[in-house]
This record gives sequence, C-alpha cells and structure tokens, in this order.
Amino acid sequence: MMRLPLPVPQANVSPSTLRTLFLSFLAVLMAGLVASVPARAQSQPDISGIIAKFGNDSYSDTTDAVAALATSGSPQAAAVVEALAAGNLLYDPATKAVFIRTPSGMVDPATGAIVGSAPANLSPVRANNRVRRALDAAAGALTLLNADPAKRLDAAAAVFKSRDAAALPTVEAAIAKETVPAVKAALAQARAAILIGKADAPEPDRRAAIQLIAARGDQESISLLRSLPANSPPALKAAAEAGITKAEESLKFWAVVQNVWYGLSLGSVLLLAAIGLAITFGVMGVINMAHGEMVMLGAYTTFVVQELIRQKAPYLFDWSLTIALPLAFLFTALVGILIERTVIRFLYGRPLETLLATWGVSLILQQAVRSVFGPTNQEVGAPSWMSGAFQIGQLSITYNRLWIICFALIVFFTLLLVLRRTPLGLYVRAVTQNRRMAAAMGIRTGRIDALTFGLGSGIAGIAGVALSQIDNVSPNLGQGYIIDSFMVVVFGGVGNLWGTLVGAFTLGVANKLLEPFAGAVLGKILLLVFIILFIQKRPRGLFALKGRAVES
Amino acid sequence: MLGLLGRTTRRGFGALAAAAVVAGTMGVGAARAEDTIKVGILHSLSGTMAISETTLKDVMLMLIEEQNKKGGLLGKKLEAVVVDPASNWPLFAEKARELITKDKVAAVFGCWTSVSRKSVLPVFKELNNILFYPVQYEGEESERNVFYTGAAPNQQAIPAVDYLANEEKVERWVLAGTDYVYPRTTNKILEAYLKSRGVKAEDIMINYTPFGHSDWQTIVSDIKKFGSAGKKTAVVSTINGDANVPFYKELANQGIKATDIPVVAFSVGEEELAGIDTKPLLGHLAAWNYFMSIDTPENKAFIDKWHAFTKNPKRVTNDPMEAHYIGFNMWVKAVEKAGTTDPDKVIATLPGIQQANLTGGVSQMLPNHHITKPVFIGEIKDNGQFDVVWKTKDLIPGEAWSKYLEGSKNLVADWVKYNCGNYDTTTNKCLGAAAK
Repeated sequence: MMRLPLPVPQANVSPSTLRTLFLSFLAVLMAGLVASVPARAQSQPDISGIIAKFGNDSYSDTTDAVAALATSGSPQAAAVVEALAAGNLLYDPATKAVFIRTPSGMVDPATGAIVGSAPANLSPVRANNRVRRALDAAAGALTLLNADPAKRLDAAAAVFKSRDAAALPTVEAAIAKETVPAVKAALAQARAAILIGKADAPEPDRRAAIQLIAARGDQESISLLRSLPANSPPALKAAAEAGITKAEESLKFWAVVQNVWYGLSLGSVLLLAAIGLAITFGVMGVINMAHGEMVMLGAYTTFVVQELIRQKAPYLFDWSLTIALPLAFLFTALVGILIERTVIRFLYGRPLETLLATWGVSLILQQAVRSVFGPTNQEVGAPSWMSGAFQIGQLSITYNRLWIICFALIVFFTLLLVLRRTPLGLYVRAVTQNRRMAAAMGIRTGRIDALTFGLGSGIAGIAGVALSQIDNVSPNLGQGYIIDSFMVVVFGGVGNLWGTLVGAFTLGVANKLLEPFAGAVLGKILLLVFIILFIQKRPRGLFALKGRAVES
Repeated sequence: MLGLLGRTTRRGFGALAAAAVVAGTMGVGAARAEDTIKVGILHSLSGTMAISETTLKDVMLMLIEEQNKKGGLLGKKLEAVVVDPASNWPLFAEKARELITKDKVAAVFGCWTSVSRKSVLPVFKELNNILFYPVQYEGEESERNVFYTGAAPNQQAIPAVDYLANEEKVERWVLAGTDYVYPRTTNKILEAYLKSRGVKAEDIMINYTPFGHSDWQTIVSDIKKFGSAGKKTAVVSTINGDANVPFYKELANQGIKATDIPVVAFSVGEEELAGIDTKPLLGHLAAWNYFMSIDTPENKAFIDKWHAFTKNPKRVTNDPMEAHYIGFNMWVKAVEKAGTTDPDKVIATLPGIQQANLTGGVSQMLPNHHITKPVFIGEIKDNGQFDVVWKTKDLIPGEAWSKYLEGSKNLVADWVKYNCGNYDTTTNKCLGAAAK
C-alpha cells in the first residue's frame, strides 16, 4: 500500500539547499513587503508591544512573543520569525531596541522600514529548544499560505508536529486553496492531527481524522492516537484503539525489516574492515595486528585530503572522498610494503613473532599519528550526496549507510576480479599455495609477498576512507576493528574471500537481530560464544579450503 | 618500549623525542632534587584516554609554569614530573607508586576514568600522598588522600534532570551510558531520583553499550520509538569519549532534532565537540560546572593564557581543565598556609581553602574533600561552543554519598569533624575501610 509521503524532517539538509531555500524565501518576503506595506498601512495591527519583548533577553519572553506573533495577523510576523530562526534578529542590550539584519541594512521589525542608523553593539536574540519549538510551530502557521509549494509542505509538517489548535483556521483555509496534491495531503494530515486533540470539534470530523491518521500506520500515528483526550466519546476511543493495534502490527513487521537492514549495514562495515585482512591474514597467513592501523591511516588520508580541499579548492568538497580513495590506497599500500620488507619478511612461518612484531608496529603507528595530528578526533565532513535519508515504507534508509554497503560490495568484487583474472592474482595464488614450486617457475616470490601485503594494506586504507564517514577519526580508530576483522575472517574461513563476504553479513545480521532482545553488550558476548562453538565444530570456518594447499 | 617514553620533566616533547632525552632529564632531576618541589602529573598520553587526558597534562604544565613565574612555592621552584600510564589501569597504580617513591612528588594531579582512580587509591593510602582528581564522577566515595575537584552527581546529573523536567517538561527518560562504573552508578542514582519524583518505571529506559561502540542504528531507532509514545522524552547520556561522535552522527542521520528529543550529556564538552560538525547537534545539551563560553574576566584571562601556552588560538578549554585550575591553586594556598608540603599537614589544611573559579564564583574545599561548584546547562551551538541556558543561583556543595541510594543515604563524609569518609549518621559509627 502506498503511504502518503508526509515529509519527515531531516537534519541533514545540505547547507547549500538550505541557503537557496532561505534566500529564495527572503526574496519572496522582500517582494511581499514592498507590495504589502503601502496597501495595508492603515489596517496593520500594531506589534511593537510584542517586538519589545525580544529585547528582554529572556527565553520565556521570547517564546511568548513568538506565539503572540503567530496569531497577531501582522504581515511582518513571518519576517520576524524567520529572522529569529536564522539568528538575524538583533537587540541592543542597552536600550532593548530590536532590529532585523538584512542584506540591505537594519530593518525595524514592527514596521518593516529600513532604519537609518542602528546602534553598534547589537547582539542576536538567543534561542533555546523551547524557543526553537515555538519558532517551528509559528513558522508553520505563518507559511501555510506561502507561494512556494516546498515551503508549504514544510509548514504542513511543522503544524502536524506542533498540533497547535490556533493554526486550525489557517490550515483549513490553506486546504481550500491548495492545488498541489502532495501538499494538500500533508495539510489534511496536519488538520487531522489537530482535530484528534481538539475535544470540541464535531465528532464525524474527528472520526475521519482518526481514520486518516490510523492509515499512516507508523510510530507517529500511534503516538497521535494515544494522545486522544480521555474524555472523548467511546466510539472515537474504540476507533483510535483499533488504529493503534493495526499500526503496531505493521510496525512489528517493519521492525524485523529494519533490523535486517541494520544488520546488512553493520555487515558491510565488518566486510570493509575485514577484506584487507582476508588478504594479509587469509591468503598470506600473516597474523597482522597492524591491520586496524592501516584502516586508521586511510581515514587520516581522507582527513588530510579534505583539509587541503577546504583550504585550496572548497568547490571540490563533494569529490573529496573520491579523490581520497586512490591516495589512501597508494599511501597505505606503500606503508604496507615498507612494513613487509622491513619486518614481516624475516618472520614468515613464525606466527607468534609476527603477532608480536605487528602489534608493536601498530603501537608505533598509533603513537606516530598521535604525535603528528594530536590525540583528539579530527573532523571529516560528509559530502552532500552522503547526507540525509529516504523512506521505504516504515524503514528509513540513510544515504551514508547505503553508499557504504555498495562500496563494500564494489571493493569485494574488484578484489575478487584482481585475484582471479589478473597476472598479479595468479602469482599471488601460486606463491601462497606452493611457494617453492612458484619460485621454480620463475616467480619472484619476495616481490609478490610485498605486493600482496601492499594490496591488503591498500584495501584496508580505502576501507578507512569509508569508515571515516561513520566513526571517529582518531588514533584509536583501528583498535575498534581489529578484533571484529579477525572474527570475520576466521569465521568465514581462512583463505576464502567468499567466506569473508558471507561471514561479515552473517555476523552483522545476527548481531543486529540479537541486539533488540539481548542489548548491545550481551548481544556481542552471545555472538562471540557462538563463534567459539562454531569454530570447535568447523575449525576451518564456513568455507574451508580443500586440497593440498591446506596441509602445507 | 612504552615505559621508557613515559618519564620526562619538560613540556612539549613528542613521545618519540622523549625517549632520546630520558637519560639527560634523569640526571638533571637528581641534581636539583633538593631545591624544587615536585608535582606529579598522572594522565594518559597514549592509548584510548589520551584523547581527553593529554589536554589536562598540558594545562597542569601551564599552571606550574605560571606559578614559577610568580616566584614558585615556599621559595622553591615547582617541577612537573610527567608520567604516561597509557590508558592501562594497573599501570596507573604502578606509575603512581613510581611518582611517590622514586620522584618524591609532593602531590599528584591525575586520572580520568573512575577505574583508574580506583586503581591508584590503595597506593595513595599506603604511601600517604595527595591526589587531585579533576573529572566529574559517580560519587559514593570519599578518601582521605583524594581531593575531588570534579562534579559529584548532585553537582551535574541531578540538576540536569531537574532542568529537563522543569524547563522542557520531560516525562519519559532514556538513560544511555557506556558499560562501566561511572554510568552504572550515575544511572542508578538517577533512576532512584526520578522514581522519587514520581516517574513510573515504564517511562525509564536504561541502555548500556560497550566502550567505543560505533554502530548506533538499533539503539537510536529504539530511542526514537521510545520517544514517540506521546510524552516528551529526553536522553540522559553518560556515553563516554569516543562513542559519542557516532552516536550524535546517527541521531542526526535519523532526523532526531533537539527540539524533538533533547540529549543531555555529562561527558561531552568543548574538547569532544572539536571532532564533529555540530550543526545537526544544535540545541542538544550538556551539564557542566564550566563552559568556555562563559563571559567573565577570569575565564577570558585563562583562555588567553591557554592559547599563548599552546601557541594555538583554536584550542578549546573545558570543565576538567577548570577543575585542575581550582585544585592546583587550592593546593598552592594550602601549602603556603601550612608552610610545608608534608601531605598530612596539607590534607588537614585543605578543607576550608577558597579559590575563585573561572565562572565568577568562589569555590571552597569542603570537609568531605569535594568542592562547591556552580552548575550550568548549555545548549550546543553551531560553532562547537555552548550557550548557557540555565544555571544554579548559588554554588552547590558536592555530596560524596547520594541521598537517593538505599546503601548510602545515611552516610556522610567529614574528614574534619569525624576524620571519616563514610560516617553512618544512624549508628554514629565510622564504617572505615571495611565498607568500601
């Protein structure tokens, strides 16, 4: 069933969209001002008393003033509310006079006229959460009749949320005038939300409202139906009860879908973290404790690339991750090759020493990064195409998670292709399966070892680029992933890339399905216990390698 | 390897450079041992906690340098002895022992996590030295050798909950924390407190996550679900350190704004916000006893000094830094008053010592070894700073024992009157070490 697409307010509207929206709104506003000031000069209600309250620098006065503005009927109200929301409403601490800052100069909020000389020491009228909520509600009521459909849609959503009974006449007027179907539907929802809580509205209207809200079938509708006043007629209460039961049923189904989606998303993160290790540990057999630090170096490469872009070419910011990918691969691959040539190659066949040596390398890398960049988190921004979310049914999918799943799969299949279809892949497989035979065939095994380790490290590096989007970029970044990575590779089957893929997604989904029941801490413990038991039964993991390579 | 990197007596060494100079500084230290007063700094410079603790080491070095410019203490220069316990709790005890027995420090400023404090307690008791602990903590403790300059729960958690209930009209509560002693105890106190305010059990959701938890999808959507029951909901977060950034990112991703479900955090300050784009966090709250944005002449001078000392005008200041500022100055005053650095005399002198804090008040060391502090609630602004939206009228005295917990409501700590950290007021007995 198609649900009415009521806009879910998203925090991640990109700044540029916001700016364009705001600017276009300002333009509309200015045009409206110029047109309306002379015409309505006589009939305009005097709001200077309300405006004066903004000068008191008190949150409750500001909240009161915003609510008063919304119902004042003054054409200036929208401009004042918008200015306050944008931090452009200023006041003079000494005289308590209030001004709006506009590109063309200071404006008197009460009249909309440009002020010739404004005092110098103006500070913005401050807003807290209470003021911001009042602002959202007021802006909703005030912009319901705006010329821009997008603006009207936002306004309908704001009224839906505030359920402010005072806005009802405006909503009904807006419904009558509305021509865009999506906006009309949103307005109808807003009207229904108000009616449910309005005990003095006609009963048939309220019944229709309950049905309309119940048809949404989401969490919001449950909370709305629950808010039905206790003194409502029994028939309405029964209708609301039925709506709640139905919505809860459908939500149960979506909760499972949601957990599976979260599991896939966690699985993709595990896959990204583990895939490099599947090469260095899985294929080469090096117990590489510095693997997490390769991920960390990749994330720091992203940070450096973004810093350079911010300074030199801000317009490239949306491409920063794309630019960082090859650089992170090259950089971490080089570090990997360096580690292999200077440390690991002397330790082949001695797993304990390798473990200790790579552990030491990981500490050195961490402390080196800490000395260069400092111990605090670095800010890695999200490009606009990775921000925000969209809705499928009751499932909200965030773009960054979606991209990371796609990216993990792309990296996986590219790697598979490299190992199966390129000469390098052939050499790698030859050397790892039978080193002496490969050497006898003229393959320079030392070089292949270095390149393979470089490949694994490079892939860890590009995983770092993706993980910088969802985790802290700090020197400790890698530590959080090393255990999980080993878990995935061992569970999936050492030496088998497909095992890593299946292992990562299985563990991800299992973890997320367990979490709602067991909690995050116990869920993880249960999973570890399960893996231990599983390894007892199948010591070689899900996809065990067969043949002579295993015995050697 | 790491142990070698730890010991250095000068500031500003990178850890790698430190190894090279260890031999040199040891020689110098020995030669000057008689004419300096040594101050131990026990903060992790590597490992998980380095993110928070390195700054505290820097601020201590700054305070010591400043005191030396003023002519030192008792006619002697102060000398900082920095060790690195590397976020490793048993190593904290080892390093504390090293500071006291080998370096003969007069007092130690250090620790961040409660588990590191608990790990060094026996050392300070056995060797009778002084620890100044600068971080907000769960309370339920008062030791003779420790002075708690951070907030006790009644100086942070309880006022924050009051604010949400009174100002934001919150009726449903999510207590989310990292799974260790501070969040568990704080949430236990908060749960008891909320119930005493008449909040029903089904309106409280308690959730714990492992250290460094990075996948918040399920929990944030649970919070969203919990918050859509028709009652105003807020999250009280005792989530620690690194796990905060992904938590806030997920909140923003799932479209939860502060106007819908505000999050009040006890472990997120200016330093933690430095690593996040704070625009989506606008309006989320934090409760502290100090904010960098508080406009007082003392605070401005402190920030200027900090910028000059770090040679970085972007470095932020935070609450535990102020706690060290207060603690260090109280110690200096106590030593001057006692005329000696002898721990017994300084411990006896400290209660009653007053020191102006950076937010316009005067803090006092109390007989229970906690201090009086103002409480501020700040909303996150888009520039990574906090806008103070509420503050207590007076300074709140720190309470070592919570009156909301069954086991501790009859206990008081008073080292002056009873010489006891857990005096039972119903039986008039000091429980002594046996109770803890």
